[in-house]
Amino acid sequence: MSDHDQIYSTKLQDKIERNTLLMFVLTAITVAIGGIVEIVPLFYLPNTAMCQNDPTCNGTSHKDLQGNAIPMDKIIWNPATSIHKTLDDWQPGDGVRPYKPLELAGRYVFIREGCFLCHSQMIRPFRDEKDRYGHYSIAEESMYDHTYQWGSKRTGPDLARVGGKYSDEWHRKHLKYPRDVVPESVMPNFFFLDKAPVDAVKLTKTMKVMTQMPFNPVPKTIYTDAVIAGAAKEVEGKTEMDSVIAFLQSLGNHVKFEEGVNYRD
Amino acid sequence: MEATNATPVKYDMDVVRWFTIMAVVYAVVGTLIGVYVASELAWPFLNFDIPEITFGRLRPLHTNAVIFAFGGCVLMATGFYIVQRTCATKLWSNSLAWFTFWGWNLIIVCAVITLPLGLSEGKEYAELPWWTDIMIAVIWVCYGFNYIMTIGIRTTSHIYVSNFFTVGMIVMITYLHVVNSLAIPVDWATSYSIYSGVQDAMIQWWWGHNAVGFYLTGGFLGIMYYFIPKQSQRPVFSYRLSVLHFWTLSFGYVWLGAHHLQYTALPDWTGSLGAAISLAMIIPSWGGAMNGMMTLSGAWDKLRTDYILRFLVTAMAFYAMSTFDGPVMAIKSVNSLSHYTDWTVGHVHAGALGWMAMISFGSLYHMVKKLWNTEIYSEKLVNIHFWIALIGATTYVVAMWVSGIMQGLMWRDYDEFGTLSYTFVESVSAMHPYYVMRAVGGAIFNLGTWIMLYNVVMTVRQANAVRGVSAVAAKA
Repeated sequence: MSDHDQIYSTKLQDKIERNTLLMFVLTAITVAIGGIVEIVPLFYLPNTAMCQNDPTCNGTSHKDLQGNAIPMDKIIWNPATSIHKTLDDWQPGDGVRPYKPLELAGRYVFIREGCFLCHSQMIRPFRDEKDRYGHYSIAEESMYDHTYQWGSKRTGPDLARVGGKYSDEWHRKHLKYPRDVVPESVMPNFFFLDKAPVDAVKLTKTMKVMTQMPFNPVPKTIYTDAVIAGAAKEVEGKTEMDSVIAFLQSLGNHVKFEEGVNYRD
Repeated sequence: MEATNATPVKYDMDVVRWFTIMAVVYAVVGTLIGVYVASELAWPFLNFDIPEITFGRLRPLHTNAVIFAFGGCVLMATGFYIVQRTCATKLWSNSLAWFTFWGWNLIIVCAVITLPLGLSEGKEYAELPWWTDIMIAVIWVCYGFNYIMTIGIRTTSHIYVSNFFTVGMIVMITYLHVVNSLAIPVDWATSYSIYSGVQDAMIQWWWGHNAVGFYLTGGFLGIMYYFIPKQSQRPVFSYRLSVLHFWTLSFGYVWLGAHHLQYTALPDWTGSLGAAISLAMIIPSWGGAMNGMMTLSGAWDKLRTDYILRFLVTAMAFYAMSTFDGPVMAIKSVNSLSHYTDWTVGHVHAGALGWMAMISFGSLYHMVKKLWNTEIYSEKLVNIHFWIALIGATTYVVAMWVSGIMQGLMWRDYDEFGTLSYTFVESVSAMHPYYVMRAVGGAIFNLGTWIMLYNVVMTVRQANAVRGVSAVAAKA
């Protein structure tokens, strides 16, 4: 028996080591399993905010203290059942809604400037995070966030519920020259946003793209043709600074959270 | 490992030489940008009010430069080197390898231009614009196809374990990159992921952690299993352990991404599953680390004289340390403290500087000697590089561990009245000394890469002077 015929491991392993195709196929299967098990169910199971064409969002049901299911249209804004029918009429507490045109333009700037590298948008269910940032984040709140922005690092504070905490004027000063407002801050100066106009063409295209998403698209009943057509006019004369401030002010106040409800189940 | 053929095989090594040189260059550039972004956090005036160099735009350039430029060139240089030598054959296609070389470097040029301009898809380690993503997919598949076909035409009977690790990486990175990058373009500069919220978060960290697991770990374990035995001139400690290491690591690593999302809006079962498998992963990781280290058993004295071997063995120590640190951080109670803090940054750099860069430096020095068939210009400088790299990496990692734990503790601290003890910004200013220390550690590490660049350039020049001119080496 020559050295090359000797089996040093198992028969199967030896066979794999002699056959390129077999090695390739078995490796390709081995590395696929974990991802399939963890990812695919998120498109089907409850509590994942997968809501397209399904008002129950895969049967997601948050229950109050008495065990009564809270209707999903209390969590996710539905113009058909809400008393507020359009994006402009929407009020905080009506439920999760897509971004208004100016906010969406601001979100583009937020991503472009890499804000998510230092600011998370995901509050965890701990006492200190509740005291510091507010109610823990729920899946539905980021369902329209194509490219989620939960973040992984808090060099600066979490922004998931920053909306309404500071005035527009504070944000403007702070974004322009952070250390004028917070001397210890290490945030870069974003004064240049004040000079750049919002790109209305890009915004209009972005809104269209958001309605074309295969998963959780913005309903065409919300981004109606009229809303998309009116977007350019709505952001006329606005700067990127205005848009970022609008975006920040829109964060976190969509859902009216009630005591004692387990929103993550 | 190499077949003892009667007629020696003429390998295609020119492309390997070029990947090797570029790897050394990108080591300098990538860590230099890292030092700069680290300094921006310590001294924010360094943003200089220039949008293109603000932290938010430069940080992705740092991560892309070290992972894809430096790491990529190391993986392709060593990959093409190992596959030829262990299969005792030329590359399946030398021209395709050259196409891979130019394509990969073109992608890096695109990254250098687009990232400072603010083109970002908003996903960590996958910021590059959609058309660059397509280029990456094409070039990566070219690399992988060439690699696997070269295994296919091998003249040896068995496929060596290094090639298993590399093929695992090639397949997994293809899955990850394609699935995670699916997006709808708005215009040439901007696109939006087709996923949102929970699904996007899980897919992103499936990508994020397995870029670490297969690209920065699997691929580099392939390097380890070739270069440690070669440099120490000892057979791998345990062949069976290496087989076990490969299959368990390949199966298990894929599950870990979910541990980045503990206590988020991701369903609890997913994060817990990720944490459980993370803990189990200590076993294959440490098995592999032991396998690398024990390869030296009976030859430990070589560490006294062989500086290249020092790099390789220290890398295994850092590998063992990071693969312990990681599972600990995946435990939910630990994660509640460590997540969102600098601890994560420290963990990543223990792996990146201590394990990945060290094993790369060792292998690059080894290859430079073989590729140009010469001795290193200065062994002494290799030794100095080793100590500088070790001191730099340790300084960096310690700074981030301390700052991370401190941050986590400050955020959750309550005073006797039941109110939060610290405002957020107090935690920011408390980090300043550690951010300075981190920048210094990074700068020390970067200094080492300059020394390496000098040493490698001088080695190549010396080799050319002795042996006349090789077209490639002359240009290098």
